[in-house]
Amino acid sequence: MITVLTITVLVLIAIAIWQMTKIFELSQLRAAKNETATDNDNKVNGYLMFAFLVFIYGITIFSFYKYTKVLLPESASAHGAEYDSLMFVSMLIIFFVQTITQFLLHYFAYKYRGEKGKKALFYADNHKLEFIWTIIPVIVLAGLILWGLYTWTNIMDINDEDDPLVVELYAQQFNWTARYAGEDNVLGDANVRMIDIDNTNILGLDESDPNGADDIIVKELHLPVGRKVNFHMRSQDVLHSAYMPHFRAQMNCVPGMITQFSFTPIKTTAEMRQDPDVIDKVKRANKIRAAKAAAGEPNSDPWEYDYILLCNKICGKSHYNMQMKIIVETQEEYDKWIASQKTFGGEAATGVAIK
Amino acid sequence: MSGTHEHDDDHGHHHKETFITKYIFSMDHKMIAKQYLITGLIMGFIGIAMSLLFRMQLAWPGESFPLFEAVLGKWAPGGVMDADVYLALVTMHGTIMVFFVLTAGLSGTFSNLLIPLQIGARDMASGLLNMISYWLFFTSAVIMVCSLFVESGPAAAGWTIYPPLSALPMAQSGSGAGMTLWLVSMAIFIASSLLGSLNYIVTVINLRTKGMSMTRLPLTTWALFVTAIIGVVSFPVLLSAALLLIMDRSFGTSFFLSDIFIQGEVLHYQGGSPVLYEHLFWFLGHPEVYIVILPAMGIVSDVMATNARKPIFGYRAMIMSIIAIAFLSTIVWGHHMFISGMNPFLGSVFTFTTLLIAIPSAVKAFNWITTIWKGNLQMNVSMLFSIGFVSTFITGGLTGIILGDSTLDINVHDTYFVVAHFHLVMGISALYGLLAGVYHWFPKMFGRMMNKNLGYVHFWITAICAYGVFFPMHFVGMAGVPRRYYENTAFPMFDELTDVNILITVFALIAGATQLVFVGNFIYSIFYGKKAEQNPWNATTLEWTTPVEHIHGNWPGAIPEVHRWAYDYSKTNENGEYVLPGQDFVPQVVPLQDGEEELTH
Repeated sequence: MITVLTITVLVLIAIAIWQMTKIFELSQLRAAKNETATDNDNKVNGYLMFAFLVFIYGITIFSFYKYTKVLLPESASAHGAEYDSLMFVSMLIIFFVQTITQFLLHYFAYKYRGEKGKKALFYADNHKLEFIWTIIPVIVLAGLILWGLYTWTNIMDINDEDDPLVVELYAQQFNWTARYAGEDNVLGDANVRMIDIDNTNILGLDESDPNGADDIIVKELHLPVGRKVNFHMRSQDVLHSAYMPHFRAQMNCVPGMITQFSFTPIKTTAEMRQDPDVIDKVKRANKIRAAKAAAGEPNSDPWEYDYILLCNKICGKSHYNMQMKIIVETQEEYDKWIASQKTFGGEAATGVAIK
Repeated sequence: MSGTHEHDDDHGHHHKETFITKYIFSMDHKMIAKQYLITGLIMGFIGIAMSLLFRMQLAWPGESFPLFEAVLGKWAPGGVMDADVYLALVTMHGTIMVFFVLTAGLSGTFSNLLIPLQIGARDMASGLLNMISYWLFFTSAVIMVCSLFVESGPAAAGWTIYPPLSALPMAQSGSGAGMTLWLVSMAIFIASSLLGSLNYIVTVINLRTKGMSMTRLPLTTWALFVTAIIGVVSFPVLLSAALLLIMDRSFGTSFFLSDIFIQGEVLHYQGGSPVLYEHLFWFLGHPEVYIVILPAMGIVSDVMATNARKPIFGYRAMIMSIIAIAFLSTIVWGHHMFISGMNPFLGSVFTFTTLLIAIPSAVKAFNWITTIWKGNLQMNVSMLFSIGFVSTFITGGLTGIILGDSTLDINVHDTYFVVAHFHLVMGISALYGLLAGVYHWFPKMFGRMMNKNLGYVHFWITAICAYGVFFPMHFVGMAGVPRRYYENTAFPMFDELTDVNILITVFALIAGATQLVFVGNFIYSIFYGKKAEQNPWNATTLEWTTPVEHIHGNWPGAIPEVHRWAYDYSKTNENGEYVLPGQDFVPQVVPLQDGEEELTH
C-alpha cells in the first residue's frame, strides 16, 4: 500500500515538475531559446519572490499556530523562570529581525526585478549606514551577552549553601541509576574498578569508605519540592547526557570524571499534572494512544504525566530509550519513600539483590 | 603587483595529451575542478539519499518498507530499519555532507576553477600537488564509501565520533572496522585538504596578474583564500585527534579513555579524557562550518553583484568581515561544549566570542540586502539561489543567538533545535552557494549553458521544501526531542510530534526528488546544452575573458592586465552615461577611461 502511494506521489511530482517547466517555457512567448534571464523571467521570478515572502510568513504563522502547544510546559525549577524569560526575549528579537530582513530581501528582489534599459544605481558604500548596522547588533548582543552570562554564572555556581540534597546520577548503556548520599549527605567514594556485580556493588562503591555505607541506590529519582539538589554525574562506559528538559537542566556524564549540575524543583509532579497546558497535552497524547489501542498497536497504554530524565548524547543502539522517571513530591512523601529504601551498607550485609 | 610567469607567451605549442593525462591524471586546474565537482555531487547523492531513508524512519517509526530491505539488506530485516543502522545513516550522512560535499565539493571545485582564472594566472602554483590533492580526496571518498559495506557496519557514533563510543568496538558494532576505515579515510582527506589549501594560498599570494592588488580581488577569491587559511590552521588539529584516537583504538593508549567498565569487565584505560577529544575535534569542527560557508558567501557576493548589475555594497567591509569571521571562528569552538563538563568559566568566554561573530555576519547580510536595493535584478537561476542563500542564512543564523548563549544552550543542546539551526545556516545555505556557483560558472566549466527553466523549477521547489523541512523542526527541538533518536515512541510526551515529523519527511522527500531535476539538467547540459558565449552574464571578472574552449594556460597570448576592481557595474560618468557607452559593465581589463574616477572603495 505504502509502496503504491509512494510511487503515485513520485509520479505526480514528476508530472508537476514537467508541467511547471512547460509553464515557464510557455511564458517565454516563443522568444529565441536563450538561457539567460529575459525580462519575462525577471518578472515571473520577481513576483514569485514576493510570493515566497508570503510563504515564509505563512509557514511561520502556521508553525506557531499549530505547534506552540508541543513546546515544553512552564519550567519546574527555580532557575527555569529566568531561563524562560531570556529565551522569550531572545526569540522576540529574533522574530523582529527575521520579519524585517526577510521583508527587505524579498521585497527588493520583487521591486527591483530587471527590465531592459533600466539603470541600476551605482552605490558602492556608505560608511554611515555600515556603522549603524554594525553598532546596533553590537548593542543588542552586548545586552544579551550580559544577561546570559549573569544567568549562566548563577546556574553553574554549584555550592553547598542552603543544605542541598546530594544525588549521584550514574549512566551506563542503556539505563540510569541514582545514588542518594544518605543520612550524612556525603557520597561514598566510588570507581568503576571496584564494581563487583556478584556482590551487588553495581556502582563501584568503595566498601572501606564509611561515607558510602548509608548511600541509597535506586532506579527512580525522587526529589523533595523546594530543596536544592546537587547532582554529581558519572558514566561507566561511554558519554551520556543527563537531560531533564522540564527543569531546564542538562549535563554530560563523562567516564573518568564527575560532572555537576544543580537546581531546585519548585513544582511537584502532582501539581504539574494540574497545569492546564499539561492537562491538554496529556489529553492529546491519550487520544492518539486510544486510537492506537483501537487499532491493536503496541505502545498504546494511557499516559500519565511524569517528569523524565533522558539521555541526550549518542551512546549506542538503545540511546533512544534510555530514561528514568523523576518524581517531585512533598517533603513528607519524600521522607516516607526514602525511609522505605535500603542503604548500601545494609544491602551489602544482607546481600539482597537490587531489582 | 605581478607574479613572474616563466612561460608567459609560449603557448603556441602543446604537449600531446592522452586521454589519461587529459581527463584522469590531469594537472590542469579546470579539469581538476570538474573532477572535484563531479565526485562531490556523487557523494552528495549518497548523503542526501541516506537522509531520506532515516527521515522515513522518523516519520513512520518501525514501519516496514521494501525499500529499506532493498537498500539496507540485513540491516533492515523484514523492511524494518534497525536501530544500529539508523545511527550509521545519520553518522555517514553528516560526515559525507560536511566533508565530502560541502568542503571538497564546494571549496575544492571553486578554488580550483576560479582562483587561477580570477587572479589571472596560467594555473595553480603547483599543478602536481593539485593533482595529488584531488586523487587523495578521491581515495578518501572511495574508502569512506567502502566502509558502508563492512560486515559490522559503517561508523555510527555521530559525525563527531566522540570517544569512548567511537573507540570501543564493544560499545557499538559500528565502532569496529567501519570506524577504522572512517579514521583512515579522514586522515587521507585531511592530507588532501592541506595540499589543496597550501596551493590555493600560494597561488593567490604569488600569481596575481599585473594590476591585481588584493583590494581588486573578487570576493569569491577572497573567500576561497581565507577559507584555505582556516583549513591550514585547523585541519591538522583534527588529524592529531584522529591519530590519537587510532592509537587509543589499536595500540592501547589512553588519550581519551579512562575508568571504563563495559560488558562485565573493567578496561585498562586510565587517565585520559573524552573532553580533550571534544576540544581537539571542535577546534577543527567549528572553523569547519566556516570553511563550508565562506566560499558560499564569496560566490553569492559575486553572483549577486553581477546579476543585480550593481557593485557589491561595502566591498571593504565584506573583506573585513570575512577576515573577522575567519579569526573569530578559531576561538569559538567551546560553544559546542557548554555542558560537556568543561569549566563553566570557559563557557562564559566562549559565549562572548560566539556572539561577537554575529556582528560580521550581520554586516554581511545587510550588505547583501543593500546590494540588491535599486538594482536591475537579472533573475538567472544562480541569482535565485543567491537570494535564497541570504534568506536561509538569516533564518538559520538568528537562532545561533540562542545556541551561542551558554544559558539558553542548556535546554536545547543536542535537540532538533540544533539540527534545524545548522542545517539552515550552513547546510542549506552552503548548498545554495554551491548550486549558485554551478549554475553561474557552468558555461565556464563545460562551455554550455544549463537549461534555465529546469533551474527555476529546481530552485522554487527546493526553496519551499527547505523551509518546510527545517522551520517546523525548531519546534520539535524546543519540545525537548533529542537528536539521534531512532524513534521517539519510548516517550509518550513526544506522541503528538509524529504529525510534525511526517510533514517534515514529506517535504524532505519532495526536496530530494527535485534534486534529480538538477542532476538531469546538469548531465544533459554537459552534452546537449546551448553553446555558451564567452561572457553570458556580462560579468566584469577575469575568468570571462578566457576563451570558451579550455586551453592549457587559460589565455592565448599574454595574461591580461587588470586596471580596476571587479564591481564596475552600472558605473556612470558625471553626465549619467555609462562609462563604456551602451554597456552597463566595465570588465577589469579595461583601463580607466578619460575623466573617469577610480573610487577608493
